[in-house]
This record gives sequence, C-alpha cells and structure tokens, in this order.
Amino acid sequence: MATLTETPKALRTREPGGPRGSAREMPAGARKRRGLNNLTGWAFVAPAMVIILGLSIFPAVWAFILSLQKWNGFAPPKLVGGANYGKLLSDEEFWAAVSHTGLYVLLFVPASVLAGLFLAVALNRNIALIGLYRTAIFVPFVASAAATGILSTYLFSPQYGLANNVLRSLGLPAQGWLEDPSQAMLVIAIMSLWGQAAFTTVIYLAALQDVPNDLLEAARIDGANRWQTFWRIVWPELSPVTVFVTIWQVIGALQLFDLVYTTTRGGPLDATKTIVYYLWEKAFKALDFGGGSAAAYVLFAVTLLITIGMVLYARSRKLEAF
Amino acid sequence: MAITSLGRGPRMEAAPHHPKRRFSLWHLVLAPVALLFVIPFAQMLLASLSPAEELVKFPPPFVPSRLTFDGFVALFTQTDAVRWLLNSTIVSVISIASHVVLCSLAGYGFARLQFKGRNVGFFAIVATIMIPTQLLMIPTYIMFSKLGLVNTLAAAFVPWLASAFGIFLMRQFFLSIPAEVEEAAALDGANRLQIFLRVVLPLAKPAMTTLAIFTLLSSWNDLIWPLIAINDDNWFTVQLGIANFQGTRRTQWELLMAGNVVATAPLVLFFLFAQKQFVQTMTMSGLKG
Repeated sequence: MATLTETPKALRTREPGGPRGSAREMPAGARKRRGLNNLTGWAFVAPAMVIILGLSIFPAVWAFILSLQKWNGFAPPKLVGGANYGKLLSDEEFWAAVSHTGLYVLLFVPASVLAGLFLAVALNRNIALIGLYRTAIFVPFVASAAATGILSTYLFSPQYGLANNVLRSLGLPAQGWLEDPSQAMLVIAIMSLWGQAAFTTVIYLAALQDVPNDLLEAARIDGANRWQTFWRIVWPELSPVTVFVTIWQVIGALQLFDLVYTTTRGGPLDATKTIVYYLWEKAFKALDFGGGSAAAYVLFAVTLLITIGMVLYARSRKLEAF
Repeated sequence: MAITSLGRGPRMEAAPHHPKRRFSLWHLVLAPVALLFVIPFAQMLLASLSPAEELVKFPPPFVPSRLTFDGFVALFTQTDAVRWLLNSTIVSVISIASHVVLCSLAGYGFARLQFKGRNVGFFAIVATIMIPTQLLMIPTYIMFSKLGLVNTLAAAFVPWLASAFGIFLMRQFFLSIPAEVEEAAALDGANRLQIFLRVVLPLAKPAMTTLAIFTLLSSWNDLIWPLIAINDDNWFTVQLGIANFQGTRRTQWELLMAGNVVATAPLVLFFLFAQKQFVQTMTMSGLKG
C-alpha cells in the first residue's frame, strides 16, 4: 500500500510558500492563489466524493445504528441495544447459514486458487491455438450471476440436464444435483469456478511473467528439472500472489448470494442458505431491519478478522503480500 | 490492494510463430479443459435454438433434431425482454459516462492538485473499499425509498455513478504521467481545467478504457441493487428480468435459455472484440471475487 501515501512531487515546487505555512505570513496575492487552489482541488474531487461517501460511509454508520434498533420500516424504531446481536447468536438458522457458507468457502477457495495456478502455468506458453484456449477459459468471466444460475439449473436439472444425461449414457446413476441437499452447494461451487477461474488465472499469469528469467536460467544450469524448478523457484516467487488471491477469494466467497438466489433460493431444505442470503431474507422478506443489519455487521467483523488473520499468518511465514 | 501489487495484465500477444514446432503435450491438457469451459455456453445456445418439446423429453436428446427461433420469439412476445434490455442499456451507458468523468476528475485532483484536506479525503475514499456491499443494502434501500428512487431506473445506476476503485485507478495513472507535459501547457497560460481536458485526458485513454469495462461489467451484470430496489417489471434490468423467470416459467427452457443468451451476448461480443482490455481490467480489479 506504499503508493497510497506517497505525495506526487510533480507540481509541488510551484506552490507559493511551504504547504504548511500559515496564511497570515503570506502576501495577499499568495493567499488568494491558495484559496483558489483549494477551490479548484475540491471542484475536481467533490462530485465523486459526495457519491462514494454518501453511498458507503454514511449508510455503513446508519447500518450500525439500525443494528441497535428494532424496526420494520413502518412503526417507529425502538432502541434495543445489543438485543439483535444476542438474538442472532442464539439463532440456530444463523449458525446453519454460517456452516453452509463455511462449506462453500472450503469447496470454492482452494479449488479456485489451484485451478488458477494450474491454468496459468498451462496457458503461459507459446504453442499453437493458445489464443483459442485462453479465450475459451476467460469468456465465462463475463457471464452474470443471473445467467450462470439459470444455466446451472438447466445443466444440472435431474430430468433434462446435460450432467445426468452424460451419467446415464455412461451407465452411471443419475444424481439429484441442485435438488439434493448434500450436492447443491457442490454444484454452486462448480459453477462459480466456471465463471471465476479466469480471475485467479489472469492474476497468476501476470505473476508468472514477472518471475525473473535469470532465476530460471540459474536453476536450469544447476541441473534442476522442470518439476523441481517450478516448486523450488517459481512457487516461492508466486507466494505473495497466492496470499493475495486466497484472501480475495475468501472475502468474495463469504459474501455468496447471487448464485444462490438464481439457483436454489436457499434450498433444498435450507442447505444452501448462506449468511448473506439469511440477512437478505431477514431484512427484505421478514422486514427485520435491525436483525438484518446486525447479521451484516457480524459478517463484516468475521471477514475483517479472517483477513487480518491471514495477513498475520503470511507475515509470520515471511510472505510479503501487502 | 489488488491494484498496487499487480500493475498490469499478462501479456496476451503470442511470440512469432515457429514453423517446425514439436507437438506440445500441453494440448492434451488444454483442449479438454477449454472444451469443459465452452460446453455450458454451447448448451445454452443450443437449448435456446431447440424446439420446446425436445427440451422436456425424457431422456433428452444431446442434439436437437432441428433448430428454431421459437425460444427467442416467445421471449420477445410473451415477456418484456425488449424493455428490460433497453433499461439495462440506459443503466450501463449512464453508469459508464458518469464513472469515467467523475473518477477521472477526482483521480486527477488527488494526483496532481494541491489543496487543503486532500490526503484526508483520499484516505476516506480508500477506506470505503473495505466496506462490503451487504452492510450497505438495508440503509441504502431505506435511503432510496426516502429519495423516491425505489422502482425507478436510478436505483440501478446510482450505485455505479462513481467508485473508490475508479478514483484509485485513475489517480495511479495520472501519477505516472511526467509533470513536464503539464508544465509546458501551464507556461502557455492554460488553466487547470484546460490542461486536464486538452493535455492530460487524451493520454489517459487506456486507463479510461479499463474503467469503462469495469463499469460495464459491474452495471450490466448487477443483480443485488435492482433486486432490492426494483419490483415493478417496467423498470427491471435484463438480469433481474431473467432471474425472475425462474418463479414463473420454470421449465420453458427454450425461453429461459433465449433470455440467458440475450442477457449475456452483449458482454461476450465485447469480450471477443477487446479481450486484451478485458483481461487487463480483470487483473486490475478483483471484480466478481
């Protein structure tokens, strides 16, 4: 994050007086110029800032206040302190949602990181048709969650879907897929992977092309074979990227909602009801704005803790990702 | 954070072709994998062009006996798909225009202008990247309903008018432009806005393209904002429209798949025409993650 705090040196030299000089010591002309500078600066940044802060920090604070209230949007809100959080933590449905989300994270994140690494290694070579392979693997990335979800219900339809059709023609038993509580989350993870493998792949591809050539050359001269070169040289070089994509994918996976909404709507038997689906139902179906906001804050806190935990773990292993 | 660690996308251009290249064993891996990624799209397209009765036959045939546009005809006559496509187009165009203009202005301000409160302001913007959408859904919905934005198209585009990522991206880009370029124009007596519009902005086309693609993908594919704030089907976006089919048209697969094709095709075509820029955007943004 070093780049965030660096000040551009570019135009600083033309500033009248030091940036921290007090206005009283300045001649009137310079003071006026500085007032104009302030005005110009804010004119450039204010429109975007108003929108972004108005749609993030302001509602984030409001959500916290809501989480301390009992409110259905109609009757006057009532302050209830931590009661929403207490109720949430003693709600079995919430814990079920936590475990469904956890299952998805475990299915999806390792698969997406490993698939990205594998595909990047496979695609990082100059062979015939490589452009075609890349296009085929990348293009599902632009499919929306709605389209992916509807497509999943078709491909994995027990009666009419391709998945069971293939199984049947191989003489294997047909599966329930999205209609089977023990398989539904797996199907969702597979289809997420279809749509998102491109993301981890392009990140690893960029990183692979940054591995210094002389390192690879040195390994080759020392007699290392390709397998050894990969695990001893390339893989350690990639570790900051691995930390980054893992954290990024965990954060995304904890927020799973769209694909659940467009495939199973939380079913069958609530088996795919994730934390965000739970909070969406609470807020917009049951109109429990307080409970929904409390669930959102718990999710935020958990996401933050997991992120910090992973960053600290990476630091302790001396993997500098941030 | 994605942006600092990953400055650029992978190089996409292939090196010069060698005529006598050995057959690579990687083909045996890549060809089946690529096929696996294409099959869902192929199935979608095939089903959208299949006769309705063959899609609900048991067991279903792998290939339809004939191709027909019945699914698309049904989609455009029985549903408001045309209207939804128009809505989505309006939403994306407004989002992209606003996003590129506002984020370029703000990015330039934070990169190049000296003013009081600049660092605090920029820090506040960057801090918002940490806040997850789910935290904002409920108050934003209440806010939208107080402002009269519920059941209007504005509910779908207001969240995409500007973004912290966009400002960050543009600022990084403007920091990389040498200051001499601007100083020359300043000596000629141009003011800030003139310098920005005539000198800096023409150089920023690659960054603006990245930002436009990011906004296109986000606004066109967005489901959660339209879902919470729009329930009048006159104002549905195409994504919300097709997502809603599931309740009403459960096994009209030809219509469902035609809807999918129509909702996905614009972005797929853009992707095929500008793959390099799309990949660049994916690398920079951690979108969809």
